Amino acid sequence: MGIEEKAGNLGIVTTTLETVVNWGRTNAMWPLLFGLACCAIEMMGAQASNYDLSRFGMELNRASPRQADLMIVAGRVSRKMAPVVRRLYDQMPEPKWVIAMGDCAACGGIFNNYAIVQGVDEVVPVDVYVAGCPPRPEALIDGIMMLHQKVMREKISGKKEAPIRLDQPLVQVK
Amino acid sequence: MTEPITVPTPQQIIEPAISGRTETMVLNMGPHHPSTHGVLRLVLELDGEVVVNLAPDVGYLHTGIEKTMESKTYQKAVVLTDRMDYLAPLSNNLCYALAVEKLLEVEIPERAQIARVLLTELQRISSHLVWLGTHALDLAAMSVFLYAFREREQILDIFELVSGARMMTSYFRIGGLAYDLPADFLPTVEQFLAIMPSRIDEYEDLLTANPLWLERTVGVGVIDAQAAIALGLTGANLRATGVAYDVRKAMPYSGYETYSFEIPIGKNGDIYDRYRVRIAEMRQSVKIAQQAAERLRELGPGPVVTPNRKVAPPPKREITESMESLIHHFKLWTEGFKPPRGDAYVSIESPRGILGCYVVSDGSPKPWRVHFRAPSFINLQSLAHMAKGRLVADLVALIASLDPVLGEVDR
Amino acid sequence: MDNQTVLAALRDTVGREIRAVSEFRGDLSVTLTPAGYLAAAQFLRDDPELAYVFLENLCGVDYLGRKPRFEVVAHLTSLRHRHRVCLKVGCDEPDPTVPSLTPLFPTANYQERETFDLLGIKFAGHPSLTRILLPDDWVGHPLRKDHPLGDEEVAFTFNQERIYARKPFARE
Ligand code: SF4
Repeated sequence: MGIEEKAGNLGIVTTTLETVVNWGRTNAMWPLLFGLACCAIEMMGAQASNYDLSRFGMELNRASPRQADLMIVAGRVSRKMAPVVRRLYDQMPEPKWVIAMGDCAACGGIFNNYAIVQGVDEVVPVDVYVAGCPPRPEALIDGIMMLHQKVMREKISGKKEAPIRLDQPLVQVK
Repeated sequence: MTEPITVPTPQQIIEPAISGRTETMVLNMGPHHPSTHGVLRLVLELDGEVVVNLAPDVGYLHTGIEKTMESKTYQKAVVLTDRMDYLAPLSNNLCYALAVEKLLEVEIPERAQIARVLLTELQRISSHLVWLGTHALDLAAMSVFLYAFREREQILDIFELVSGARMMTSYFRIGGLAYDLPADFLPTVEQFLAIMPSRIDEYEDLLTANPLWLERTVGVGVIDAQAAIALGLTGANLRATGVAYDVRKAMPYSGYETYSFEIPIGKNGDIYDRYRVRIAEMRQSVKIAQQAAERLRELGPGPVVTPNRKVAPPPKREITESMESLIHHFKLWTEGFKPPRGDAYVSIESPRGILGCYVVSDGSPKPWRVHFRAPSFINLQSLAHMAKGRLVADLVALIASLDPVLGEVDR
Repeated sequence: MDNQTVLAALRDTVGREIRAVSEFRGDLSVTLTPAGYLAAAQFLRDDPELAYVFLENLCGVDYLGRKPRFEVVAHLTSLRHRHRVCLKVGCDEPDPTVPSLTPLFPTANYQERETFDLLGIKFAGHPSLTRILLPDDWVGHPLRKDHPLGDEEVAFTFNQERIYARKPFARE
């Protein structure tokens, strides 16, 4: 009973601690239940029957920031909401990651006005940006896979990789 | 009316509590998701577990849509309406388009009218499905969510077929539709409408007679008809109190008077009645959509935008052949059209209630003022009235049953 | 119920307070003095024949450059007669104030707070006139015509270096 049954005749597996830790982090990443606007509906769509985000160990949305390690900012962030977003981010335990889902979260989208923060990266550091208004569930899943690959490259001792910024040339994630 | 209806503000609840003048406890629910319904903050005054008073604090999603619309031309502002009530973008498109069309006095071709009815009814079903899924999720019935989203995806596929986008379609334009319906539209819709009634039966199997569901919903969050009208409650919430007021019947638009359907009403005005009314509404929507699909089939191909070239651009082919069309096209996309001075108010029955649009024109190509009567915003006022004296747990069910969309509340 | 009947009834009761009447695209709108606005709303609601019990919509408009500058628009609906009337009332700077409809129609509460928040029109007699959509410490009323849209410069490849140098990116 246990992993040796599943692994069959594998014998001993050697790997680095880093890989094991990162592998663990990617495969049980708990997102914060944090929908702001329209994009949240597509996020729900991604978790529902047709797109089934639980294939990647991500279906378990936590309502409390203390139990979450991924914040998917799904929607537009207003000036009234921005302090709340930052506070939730600060309450999440390390290590934590942020996905900016949708044009509004990435850069303000079509709302270039007094009420909307022009990109959530002014409030919290963003790891992956997902484009679209709203992004299709496939696009969100792609963004999450991209984040997983980024987490796999993380060093156990060192600091986090610098966020992928909009102003940088596109990094091809392998 | 026995007790005067009051709608407190958060400050009115917080201040006595801070100064220590009350025995009760003040609790903050939100703004980070008090239930599955978006960024709403509720300030509760509690006596033990009983809600003494509460005040919603909205505005966490204030987007400045009305102001932004003033800086766009009429045609470009359509895109912004989608993002208000993001569960029913097409209803918003329709309301805005109808208001501007009323200012312009343009005639809409028959085919576009029918397509509008058909698609808004599909939109109503898809919106109610999200309501059903999240409502059940709030009361810990997870599986309904998965069932509801299964059918919603089919509707979104239809929208993608006609417009290329799943949610934010911006498909209804001023003067008609953005472009013609694709050839396989009707078969897809008919296939969907054929299976939908049995799917609604499935949801009902899961919930309607479920003792846990009944326990949480029957007799909870009751409001009577008089208070509901005074508080401006509309949509299924009003009809659950027994008032058969539906704009589609009362002041028909887009030719709704020619379709045969019923207005489902409730009796007690509690959460369970709202649930029954919405489920029945989905069945009626299927019925309307079926009639519309039949008519589309009979009507055959035809124009989908008004022939008035001052409002809608000419087809692409004409532009290459006629100088006049080219000029119209150029004028429309660089400058836009100029409705006469005046104001117009139009209301439609959106999935959430009466959605109104008030447009003021000053004779320039940009609207002087656009105001939306947002049903979710106004429905939210009645929350305090309904929740008083109930448990906190009931409150979650209550919010879900009102079906507010915070994007529309805050605009 | 048609426009003429309602108008005649209004003329009978608040005739002296009526400033202007217009019928545009089949909709009746009546512009009144502040006192007449309240009286007309009360009359339309309480008259058993008319029964305009439902305040459907209330909003404000800023007609910058016109006298009076602001206008509050209320749409009353009779559920029984399936008919809608629009009441309008003007108010001007420096202290734009109109009577509140909240004592008559509780549903006006949020709509008047929204109008106050976004346009700065005060409603005399409103039980709790505070900001609703914007934060309490917000300065200005964004829907006024002299308030800027507040848009920021959009970053493209040719100007992004300059913009991102200024943009306050968040830190961990
Ligand atoms: S990106 Fe589009 S869909 Fe997403 S929140 Fe913004 S407006 Fe809504």
